Amino acid sequence: MQLRIFGDPVLFHIGPVPVTETMTTSTVVTVVLIGAAAIVRHMVRSRPQHWLAVVAFVVVESFDGLVEDIVGRRQAIVATLAGSLFLFIVACNIAGQLPGVHPATGSLATTSALAAVVFLSVPIAGISTHGVWGYIKHYFRPNPLLMPLHVISELSRTLALAVRLFGNIMSGHLVVALLVALAGFLVPTPIMALDLLIGLLQAYIFAVLSTVYIGAAISAGEE
Amino acid sequence: MNDHTIIAVVATAGAALTMALGAIGAAAGESRIGVAAMDALARQPDEASSITRTLFVSLAMVESTAIFCLVIALILLFANPFTGTPGG
Repeated sequence: MQLRIFGDPVLFHIGPVPVTETMTTSTVVTVVLIGAAAIVRHMVRSRPQHWLAVVAFVVVESFDGLVEDIVGRRQAIVATLAGSLFLFIVACNIAGQLPGVHPATGSLATTSALAAVVFLSVPIAGISTHGVWGYIKHYFRPNPLLMPLHVISELSRTLALAVRLFGNIMSGHLVVALLVALAGFLVPTPIMALDLLIGLLQAYIFAVLSTVYIGAAISAGEE
Repeated sequence: MNDHTIIAVVATAGAALTMALGAIGAAAGESRIGVAAMDALARQPDEASSITRTLFVSLAMVESTAIFCLVIALILLFANPFTGTPGG
């Protein structure tokens, strides 16, 4: 049995660039999501009474409400980022349950890229709200001595975001693989159902935590 | 025993210890979160949705320490930098 934990097999090359399995899976997921979004957008424009349009309204409204609860006011850009992260991670996790598909979020490279997006969004949100100097100033509060701790906390929470998602998805996949090897058919089904739940939960937590971090940067100087 | 055997034995014991001690901490923390959430739910059933959301987020954050331990244990077992096995 071939256990895959940190490796990522190269499927083919485009010129000098190796294309790995994770890149293929995440590209397919992205294309499917963009296609679904285009269909839903058309539905919302032309037939707002259709159930697809209603589902789209509910999803957008729930993310707006989530951001309002956490940040304190409606922020369409933050809701867009959180919703995109949630939908992409959920789609990757559910795609991982298909036979023969390795989930893209079960690779440390994908989750690190997502965490890097959040890491870069935090200063962008802070600077666009308070200006460069106003944002940098919050690093030196309440005391300039605490500046290294602020920096370390930003770095470590980015690492935690990446490793948490990777570890959960990878370990779920690994347990299913071990059970298939040990017990065979139908035994891992309850674990796969648990994996579906964990996939949804981890995507929700990723979205909520990124909203919390960005919301903290937005309201940094207001206490 | 040559060097390779010693490294394998120590790595396996290290992985087992990592997982065991890491699971103790995460289990204790999660049980406390569960107790606090039950208490809050019993006092304020109207706030159930807000409490449940906070409960899940904090459970996942505490759980992540156990997940870090799992990743370390898997690195020790399958991608140990000292045995020269390639990752994967």
